[in-house]
Amino acid sequence: MAYLSPTELTDALAALRDGQAKVIAGGTDVFPAMARGKGPAAFLDVTRIAGLTSITSDDGGTRIGAAVSWSAIVAADLPPAFDALKEAAREVGSIQIQNAGTIAGNICNASPAADGVPALLALDARVEIASADRGVRVLPLADFLLGVRKTALEADELVTAVLVPPQPDGMGSAFAKLGSRRYLVISITMTAANILLDREGAIAEARIAVGACSAVARRLPDLERALIGQRPDAADVLAEHLGPLSPIDDVRGSAAYRLDVVQEQCRRAIQRAGR
Amino acid sequence: MNKQFTTATTFHLNGAEVSAHPRPGQRLSALLREGLGTRDVKIGCDAGDCGACTVLIDGAPVCACLTPAHQAAGRKVETLSGMTASDPDALRLMQSFQDHGAAQCGICTPGMMVSAVALLRAEPAPDEAQVKDALAGVLCRCTGYRKIIDAVLGAPALADTFGGAVGTSPARLDGGPKVSGTELFGDDIAPAGCLEVLVIRSPFPRAGFTFGDLEGFAQTQGLDAVLTAADIPGRNVFGVIPQFVDQPVFAETETRFRGEAVAAIVASPEVIARFDPETFPVTWTELPAATDVATALGPDATQLHDGRAGNVMCGGFVTCGDPEAALARAHVTVEGRYQSGFVEHAYIEPEAGFAEIVNGRVEVHACTQAPVMDREALEIILGMDRSQIRIVPTATGGGFGAKLDISVQPYLALAALKTGQPVRICYSRTESMQSTTKRHPSDITLTIGASSDGKLCGFRFDGDFDTGAYASWGPTVANRVPVHASGPYAIADYRAQSRGIHTNNPPAGAFRGFGVPQSAIAQECLFDDLAEKLGMDALDFRILNALENGVPTVCGQVFEQGVGIKACLEALRPSWDEERAAAEEFNAANDTLKRGVGIASGWYGCGNTSLPNPSTIKAGIRTDGSVLLHQGAMDIGQGANTVIAQIFAEALGLPLATVSLIGPDTDVTPDAGKTSASRQTFVSGNAARLTGLALRATILERLNVSPEAELSLDGATLVATDAAGRHELPLDGLEADAEGYVLRAEETYDPPTVPLDANGQGVPYAQFGYAAHLAVVEVDTALGTVTPVKFVAAHDVGRAINPMLIEGQVHGGIAQGLGMALMEEYLPGRTENLHDYLIPTIGDIPPIETLIIEEPDAHGPYGAKGLGEHVLIPTTPALLNAIRHATGARITKVPATPSRVRAALLKGAE
Repeated sequence: MAYLSPTELTDALAALRDGQAKVIAGGTDVFPAMARGKGPAAFLDVTRIAGLTSITSDDGGTRIGAAVSWSAIVAADLPPAFDALKEAAREVGSIQIQNAGTIAGNICNASPAADGVPALLALDARVEIASADRGVRVLPLADFLLGVRKTALEADELVTAVLVPPQPDGMGSAFAKLGSRRYLVISITMTAANILLDREGAIAEARIAVGACSAVARRLPDLERALIGQRPDAADVLAEHLGPLSPIDDVRGSAAYRLDVVQEQCRRAIQRAGR
Repeated sequence: MNKQFTTATTFHLNGAEVSAHPRPGQRLSALLREGLGTRDVKIGCDAGDCGACTVLIDGAPVCACLTPAHQAAGRKVETLSGMTASDPDALRLMQSFQDHGAAQCGICTPGMMVSAVALLRAEPAPDEAQVKDALAGVLCRCTGYRKIIDAVLGAPALADTFGGAVGTSPARLDGGPKVSGTELFGDDIAPAGCLEVLVIRSPFPRAGFTFGDLEGFAQTQGLDAVLTAADIPGRNVFGVIPQFVDQPVFAETETRFRGEAVAAIVASPEVIARFDPETFPVTWTELPAATDVATALGPDATQLHDGRAGNVMCGGFVTCGDPEAALARAHVTVEGRYQSGFVEHAYIEPEAGFAEIVNGRVEVHACTQAPVMDREALEIILGMDRSQIRIVPTATGGGFGAKLDISVQPYLALAALKTGQPVRICYSRTESMQSTTKRHPSDITLTIGASSDGKLCGFRFDGDFDTGAYASWGPTVANRVPVHASGPYAIADYRAQSRGIHTNNPPAGAFRGFGVPQSAIAQECLFDDLAEKLGMDALDFRILNALENGVPTVCGQVFEQGVGIKACLEALRPSWDEERAAAEEFNAANDTLKRGVGIASGWYGCGNTSLPNPSTIKAGIRTDGSVLLHQGAMDIGQGANTVIAQIFAEALGLPLATVSLIGPDTDVTPDAGKTSASRQTFVSGNAARLTGLALRATILERLNVSPEAELSLDGATLVATDAAGRHELPLDGLEADAEGYVLRAEETYDPPTVPLDANGQGVPYAQFGYAAHLAVVEVDTALGTVTPVKFVAAHDVGRAINPMLIEGQVHGGIAQGLGMALMEEYLPGRTENLHDYLIPTIGDIPPIETLIIEEPDAHGPYGAKGLGEHVLIPTTPALLNAIRHATGARITKVPATPSRVRAALLKGAE
């Protein structure tokens, strides 16, 4: 076994090309998922790679380095459209987890209940992926996440950043999480809403994403269309808007319960995002 | 050298530069504890769920268990033991935690304090919300968090600086090591590098199995030993109740529950670290299993144990009067079916220990609630005389009942005997949850009647309890429930029966309340239904029917004094009136959020049910004037070390500060019984009082002074002052015995009880304690979420030996009752960790007002009664009654998860 901790991206990509290294950053998903006696041949620690731990913004949008921690996202100076992401960041486990866990780790772990994903979907985020042989490619997050614990990442690839396009001025954003206790809880349902109002206070643009109600978090395009022109404090959210969702019964709640309460959760998130 | 390949890892640890060579992928927690000696970093889950391992890296709190050790390179790592030397925030917190009793067992304390230091550095004067946010990543199972919040906020101290007398609140005598991180728990004793034991467990609820070539496997894998049933020199069986001893240390041909042990390996830490249990040469054959009571009772069910026909382990029965006739003539009757699931103790310290062979004897150092019972179990398993076995309990990081049974002890002893080497073991969180006992799932049907004047008129109770694969304390649950199912009320016509049913589930055993919290849910929720049917106020109804002095219990036991339930209920009256009015106002102004207020009572008999239950306490004085108290009552966080010492000092007549403790150790400390059944303050407290009195009598006799004389110690001279003046006894002139004592005493107390007859009539307990809780909740009716916003808890403790520790017990009990009510359900195979099995966090426990009632008990030391289990019995039904008051929704199955509450709301709305 080896522990690789490169400072240059090219070294990291070379390591992925040449061998079976398990990428590790905060360790918050890697360690709990590692069964006794089944460790990988090598670990590739990406937290010291130049450029992977910073958040930068320009006309082209915002680039969040893959190894940026949730605490760094909370602390970053970002426009209100990112409020759902910041609120989600505060709900990722505990402060201990937020200090270690990273944005790319959250999406690569591909849990149906990944706290960061709905907010990123509502931001139309894309995933920047690099490999030694094929260079850089960029995928919409919705195309990157393929299923429960499944992503489009190839064995020799590394997520290098999450890219968020420029957001409309004045877009509001909110995140709602439902769990059986106050802190440190895996979501029963969660919703991120990004809402832009017109001058009259009606919804001009809506992006709504729901997590923990399907194999991967999903946007609700029917709802988004139906919301146009509505007031955020009186938004209609109906069962027929929930088409992309296919929740399961599990220890946290029944499928029927999820489909029931997620409507209310959407209403509340839309209301807060539209303030 | 390729610079991307890290080899030596150098970093700053607690102010000093250290260099280490971690294994690739080694967790920082393991490196800190084993490689670098900072065992103040505790490991509770290895998954980031409990936060006990919190350390600061460059000032930021992280879970050391999730941090690759290599990531520490070049960074500054701080742990509690490094902070307590000079960090001003840590020093203030150490004092403040002691001043509030904010450390009970102490296993979460390092994580809490390290998190709090990080907060205080950033925000020197935080508010409560900031404290909660900062500490939310650390779970505590003992305190209910409120005292921790107070300690971090710097609230005025509760502890009496000069306290010590009975009725005052000296800080916990054993608290110093807990707040400095130097306390040694089960996994903190073994030297680094010592051989480790790993248990091989059944992946199925029921399975047959055969082993392959164990010897060959041991050789190729570099194991020091493999242990199976064949290695047991004595009998391969253990249990806690002599007639029901039935559990093997290692299953022999078939396993009866998921997680049952079949073998263990003993090897070096390096071998254990890379060992894959799936490579162990065992072939499993999964067999049909009964994983619920209905299946186990069915005609096709396999019988788990010979002689327990139909999988019925045993039952309990109490009856008096004519319940059927009473129910027939009752003005109103109510009935209901109430169910609960497995509840996990979820102490933050998994079972752990160390053993070695010393002069041919086996010495076991492990966390436990019952050291002498541990020795008795090992005598049978090892086939060794008890004189050859020494049990030295470590500090115990929470118990709540599950550490009454042996767990790691036989594996440690067998491994030490087979290898001749020191050995250690620490259960993973998952194997702790899979293999140790749980609270019994219950299925209760109850009918209660009342006459038109509101008096109870007939009570018929049937309860089935899933006792799992082995008996453990199941018979105790079966016996206790019918005695307690009435609640603390006068019921002339009563019939209650219970059964313990075997299934292929984990053994259900002792858990704070022994089945009484389950029966209290049914009884107290139906009392609200009865009050409603009668058109009576729920509190008035309870007070009208409350047990009183001179009124027989359902067992026909009559107390002439000390029945404090009415006083507890009366004490809730002001809050009841105020909170009901406030809820009405709140609900008028809110559509979706609804507020409700609920109450419930509880009682609990202290000590064993109609069985001998002695405690012995020993004390001696040395030539140098030191007073040593051999205090064998295991302090698992509840405070026995402090309370027993207070009682002893009071009886002896010397200040508490003169008393030093010698803990439970089967070589030097007599048996003070198990820490269970709310018996230590009562039973061991009485033994301590008798010992103090006996030692005092010896001193008075030596000095020939009157009984009123005041004693003091002046260096090595004992001084007695009475009306005749000052009398001195120089201790260094006296001859010391083999233990170094010049004066000594040892006394035993056994509470007076009378066996129950076939109808459950008799004197099951010498004393009961009483409690009533009021809960205020807010229900989000659209989501089904329940947020408790306040508790008021009235407890009749007879005499409050240490009021601060009483508050600590009340808070912790309420937190566990809240967990059982709202979120906790253990499902074998599905919730075997602390992120799928949820216990309350710091954000879930609202303010708790504790009202201490003192109705002295005739038998208790200075009138004191037990408390440890009473504290959670009323909590769950009080919450369910509050949900009902808020919304009208009747919850009959706990936990009342958002999903279940919303379903009940929708059903109610139909």
